[in-house]
Amino acid sequence: MSIFQSLVKKEVLHLVRDFRTVTVVLVMPVVLLLLFGFAISTEVNNVRVVAVTDRHTDETRLIADRFRANPYFTFGGTVSYREAESLLRKGKADAAVVFRTEAGRLKLQIVTDASNTTMAQTSAAYIEGVANSSANAADKSAAAVVADTLYNPQLKSAYNFVPGIMGMIFILICAMMTSVSIVSEKESGTMNLLLVSPVRPRTIILGKLVPYFLLSCVILTLMLTLSYTVLEIPFSASVVHVVWVSILYVALALALGLLISAVASTQVSALLVSGVMFMLPVVLMSGMIFPVENMPLPLQWLSCIIPARWYISAMRVLMVQQLPVTYVLTEVAVLSGMTLAVLALAIKKFNAQKR
Amino acid sequence: MDKEIAISVKELTKKFGDFTAVDRINLQVKKGEIFGFLGANGAGKTTAMRMLCGLSYPTSGSGTVAGYDIFRQAEEIKRHIGYMSQKFSLYEQLTVWENLNLFATIYGMPAKKIKEKAGEAFRTLGMEDMRNVLVREIPLGWKQKLAFTAATLHSPDIVFLDEPTGGVDPATRRRFWEMIYRASSEGMTVFVTTHYLDEAEYCSRVSIMADGRIKALDSPAALKRLYRAATMDEVFRTVAKGATRE
Amino acid sequence: MNATTLKILLRKEVSLMRRNPIIPRLIIAMPVLVMLVIPLVATLDVKDVNVAVVDNDRTELSRRIIADMDASEYLSVTGCHFSYEEALRQIENGEADAIVTVPKDCLKKLANGEKPGLDLKANGVNATKGTLGARYAALSMAGTLSRWQAEQGISPALPGPDTLNLYNPTLNFRNYMIPALMVVLLIIICGFLPTLNLVSEKETGTIEAMNVTPVGRFEFVLSKLIPYWAAGILVVTVGMLIGWAVYGLAPEGNVANIYIATVLFSLVMSGLGVFIANRSATLLQSIFMTFAFIVIFQLMGGLFTPIASMPRWAQCITYAIPPRYFIEIMRSVYLKGAGIGDLWTQYAALSGFAALLCAVAAATYRKRA
Repeated sequence: MSIFQSLVKKEVLHLVRDFRTVTVVLVMPVVLLLLFGFAISTEVNNVRVVAVTDRHTDETRLIADRFRANPYFTFGGTVSYREAESLLRKGKADAAVVFRTEAGRLKLQIVTDASNTTMAQTSAAYIEGVANSSANAADKSAAAVVADTLYNPQLKSAYNFVPGIMGMIFILICAMMTSVSIVSEKESGTMNLLLVSPVRPRTIILGKLVPYFLLSCVILTLMLTLSYTVLEIPFSASVVHVVWVSILYVALALALGLLISAVASTQVSALLVSGVMFMLPVVLMSGMIFPVENMPLPLQWLSCIIPARWYISAMRVLMVQQLPVTYVLTEVAVLSGMTLAVLALAIKKFNAQKR
Repeated sequence: MDKEIAISVKELTKKFGDFTAVDRINLQVKKGEIFGFLGANGAGKTTAMRMLCGLSYPTSGSGTVAGYDIFRQAEEIKRHIGYMSQKFSLYEQLTVWENLNLFATIYGMPAKKIKEKAGEAFRTLGMEDMRNVLVREIPLGWKQKLAFTAATLHSPDIVFLDEPTGGVDPATRRRFWEMIYRASSEGMTVFVTTHYLDEAEYCSRVSIMADGRIKALDSPAALKRLYRAATMDEVFRTVAKGATRE
Repeated sequence: MNATTLKILLRKEVSLMRRNPIIPRLIIAMPVLVMLVIPLVATLDVKDVNVAVVDNDRTELSRRIIADMDASEYLSVTGCHFSYEEALRQIENGEADAIVTVPKDCLKKLANGEKPGLDLKANGVNATKGTLGARYAALSMAGTLSRWQAEQGISPALPGPDTLNLYNPTLNFRNYMIPALMVVLLIIICGFLPTLNLVSEKETGTIEAMNVTPVGRFEFVLSKLIPYWAAGILVVTVGMLIGWAVYGLAPEGNVANIYIATVLFSLVMSGLGVFIANRSATLLQSIFMTFAFIVIFQLMGGLFTPIASMPRWAQCITYAIPPRYFIEIMRSVYLKGAGIGDLWTQYAALSGFAALLCAVAAATYRKRA
């Protein structure tokens, strides 16, 4: 058995014996995918609304019935204005519709709990829609616009989040696990043992990286299988490109882990560096939840150095829009450039340490 | 209960799954003795000692330490012993004084007495100028003396030392044993593991462990007679010959 | 409980914390970073939705629809295209977020009282921008149409309902985010850091030196947690000050209610942290466990995405996520001026979790193996 093989074997054994960590590492992507795919969405689909009126007329009853029948609303009945306010304050209702009759004509007022801005805006728009369609059934302007969504007609949240989760998981597993495992060898002194041996640093590094690379490939397979089956992302020939771009990203994440381990001296600092430098920005600034275009310009520039931003954007084009690979050339170029630069820097730092 | 007995153990056993680390050991340590607990690496010394100190639950057997039951009264035992582990385990980011003060206060010593005893200890060790230095920055030999001081400052009935002289030079080891003798002369019972067999000669009595069992137990002179050996080293080699765990 | 022991242990923790190269900086830098950066980033207010228009009608009406959209503060028209394919290419290149197609005879149909059939296609790849953008565009078009109809006397303009936005009249998304962000700070400071601290004592072996002394496990664990509770309260205070100084957001309700919730939530997080530490042998293990919790807490607690948008079963799960209650309390106290009377269920739930997790932490802490 060559030196390289024995190094890899040692690392794999080490990894497999820490059963709990491996379980977490394999289960977490699955849980995240399912949570994001099914549970988390930014779409408002259940507005709890109450009505406030001094006396019911046929018209108000008609509107109330519409709220009752509409799947987007949970109608809480008719209450007094004071009660409505208390319900809003306690968060038991999202909006109230106040009916008033002025000069024989029905006037509506929508009162929203604007402490949740998105909910408030959306529910006001929904309520307006429901109220209008009843105010004048002949009015067609409400239906004048036929709207639908490209690439994601059912507005499945999975389509939005799958690329983001992949971007996050690989950084977490590759960068964090490699850096912590290398630094723990530094702390326990076994790294010195390897460094004084005649083994070349390059071999030591590769011996560390290959097992984590393999683990990442297992996770990639797992996540893609789930995405294309359970989460029903349309399967197409572009999957080939999805795979190789992901592998490029995994390589970049491994290189980052290596760089961190060359800089950090304790496990805790390796962890905080990879946590603070990568985790938070990936969640916040990669466009996973919040669109990059909404951010102030300096932060948009900053987001350019976050690898996940480029990866996520490429994945969206390839997985969701299913466009040909020529549309992601910029992203691929940036990711490759970053990988080479980080790898070169890491090896330089690592060599500097050996001396 | 015999007033002259510090530690007494019957059929003490510890199993980790299928592996029996300590296998039905019996021993008695008299008050004021320096008891040497010998054995090769992996013979089960540290595991046995951890059970005596209340750090680990015995699987079976019975025993008392300082008159308290090792099953039910572990916290009482802890009030009456001192322990120095194999791995240096004082706080590296605290100063010498802060470490001593911390441990002595935990053992319930009044502040005035701590100052007095610590001052005395610093003087005898010649560590007066190191008082406010971070422990991380002092050399290994000093660290071990400091760990011993931290384990004995509250004058416990029994002090447990787990390979206290690992990795230090012979001169330092000698001085360390002088400290052990001084503690013993003050009435402390000393229970010490080591694998330096020359150190075994300094003990009142020794036991030799192999494969989780006690293979021999007596004073060094009696053991040498029994095995017709000139040194403890020879005794040890004869006793440990059949051992399968190393 | 031994007060002298607790005091000396606390002194030790504070000295160690002060001498740590990272922790003090983290405690100062975290609230500043989180409170200054996240509100800028985490916004669902979508502005500048780019609309590509395919105008097949080319009438006064279609021009007005386009002009009205461009005038809206949320929308900007990137260009008029001759075919849908051309406009679609704009979307594929990422230069447009939505396509509006004005069909031929739009004007004629509308004049005859038929549906004009305006077509709107939003890019669903970026959910937030796509769906919100589509809504803005649809509203803008519907507005133009109904105004035009009114002017032509086809159908009288309905007085639209007026909307009263309670608690946050300007609909500022930051007001919604800032109170809830304290949860991020507390999860890290009162949950994550004590876990790291305990597990690293395990790894260096100092915890064993403690376990062999008569020190009580309550004193020991309390000495670990009290500094972080203090740090948690400090950090929340700094967070509130930043919210007030930078964003002009001060709590409507009683500050004491915020601190009560902070203390309860700190107890919850540190109970969980100690439990994780008790169950982990190495740093790596504890970190992965904590990260799993952090991610799930942040996503399921309603911090970035509303709980109301989740399907029923997922909403049921959120009842088991303690940050949910803390976030609700913070938002209600901050924006609605709610008191304990209004929020007693949330306070009760937090207290329950605190008691449960602290009990579990105490039960799993062992001085003996």
